[in-house]
Amino acid sequence: MSETLFSQAAGGTRSAVIEIPAARSCLEIDDLSLRYGGQPALQGLSLRVPRHSVTAFIGPSGCGKSTLLRVLNRLHDLNDEVTQSGRVLLEGEDIHGPGVAVAQLRRRVGMVFQTPNPFPMSIYENVAFGLRLQVPLKKRRRDEIIEWALVSAALWDEVKDRLHDSAWTLSGGQQQRLVIARTLAVQPEVLLLDEPASALDPISSLKIEELIRNLKSRLSVILVTHNMQQAARVSDYTAFLEGGELVEYAATDDLFTNPRLTRTEDYITGRMS
Amino acid sequence: MDITSDTHSQHISRQFNQELEELKTHLMAMGGLVEQQIQEAVSALLEGDSRLAERVRDNDKAVNDMQLKIDDECTRVLARRQPAASDLRLVLAVIRATSDLERIGDEASKIARNALSLIEANQGAKGVVEVRHISEHVRKMLRDALTAFARFDIELALEVVHEDDSVDSEYASAMRSLMTFMMEDPRAISPVLNVMWILRALERIGDHANNLAEYVVYLVKGLDIRHVDPEELDEAAIKRQD
Repeated sequence: MSETLFSQAAGGTRSAVIEIPAARSCLEIDDLSLRYGGQPALQGLSLRVPRHSVTAFIGPSGCGKSTLLRVLNRLHDLNDEVTQSGRVLLEGEDIHGPGVAVAQLRRRVGMVFQTPNPFPMSIYENVAFGLRLQVPLKKRRRDEIIEWALVSAALWDEVKDRLHDSAWTLSGGQQQRLVIARTLAVQPEVLLLDEPASALDPISSLKIEELIRNLKSRLSVILVTHNMQQAARVSDYTAFLEGGELVEYAATDDLFTNPRLTRTEDYITGRMS
Repeated sequence: MDITSDTHSQHISRQFNQELEELKTHLMAMGGLVEQQIQEAVSALLEGDSRLAERVRDNDKAVNDMQLKIDDECTRVLARRQPAASDLRLVLAVIRATSDLERIGDEASKIARNALSLIEANQGAKGVVEVRHISEHVRKMLRDALTAFARFDIELALEVVHEDDSVDSEYASAMRSLMTFMMEDPRAISPVLNVMWILRALERIGDHANNLAEYVVYLVKGLDIRHVDPEELDEAAIKRQD
């Protein structure tokens, strides 16, 4: 169905990238490079992210995985230090195109960060926040969406009797699921998760992982994680980045049992390279 | 990608290196023991040495204990290290290999038991030439399979896979000639049956050595060649370096 393309960059580094058909992909990253000041952070990345799947980006600190995630949500827009080339297409449309409003893009591509960041308001108002910024809704319709988002984020049963309590009364794991519910409420097509479980205890992490699995029937998930076992557990595809380059991109089953390149093997097995 | 036995021991965690090394060392020790069991079982038959045969029979417990010990070590590595890629394949290959070695141990003690019956009945040595010949053949297969495992040597592993066919045909021809012999002399049926069981055990040992060789291909290349006809193996693809 999909084949792996081997390529050899001018510097002699090799990459092995699975070719996802365009018809099955939601995002296409095409020759993306990015510099912070003079410092290259991403170097000529090209890959397609499949729809209704979980795609994990793994790699050592500073490999560019979070930078890449931020590009997908245009979080670098206001940073003058950043220079960027190449294209990112969301359902075929350039996210940096003149007709694309950032707010609209961020509704379609939601993002959740490492540390849960609920707003200082009630649980209900947190989830309602994004909705209120959009078209006005009748209260009943809004309540329905909020319930749906909380159910989808596997939080409803734990908070349904205290929706008007402060979000700060929730545990870390619950706060993170609340933030995910807030993102889901505006019905994004793509959900970006940057180390969503690294600040959580193992049980809360597993709940987030279970949630990620369940969400992919509705949207496409991109997960950045330091935790390789987590990537192995939840993702369908995994991209390994190192030094701002895409080294290997493959079905997770293949990457964790039989990687094609030594650099990948060394990283996932914890060897010195 | 291909792994070699050198690159395999470069984990950042030295403890992990050591655990994986121990798995291999213990597997080789188990392999050495079962190889000795076969050799002694066959010698017992050829030399009519009933004490040696009894020793082989009694040593089977040591083989079983080694299987339990190595499997236990593998379980611990899986639980504590969550190995991936070639490390995972190594642990799986070792688990599978201990099971085949344990079965080889069973076959060796089967040979010893049949040898004891023959020695006790003081029966002549019909079929002994075939036993000697096939036993040398399968012992070489086993030794090569273990060497291939220790060195991550695909070429040697594939040689073993091809050897198994010739063992099978030697076994079939020995069986035919013993069958003819039984028809000619019905009094010889009982001792000839003992020899047939021995040949059957040796042929099974060849199959297990073949399995070990297949695990080496899995370990090094990540390709599962079990249930693939050796004639249809795409050796060029197996040997190709990514």
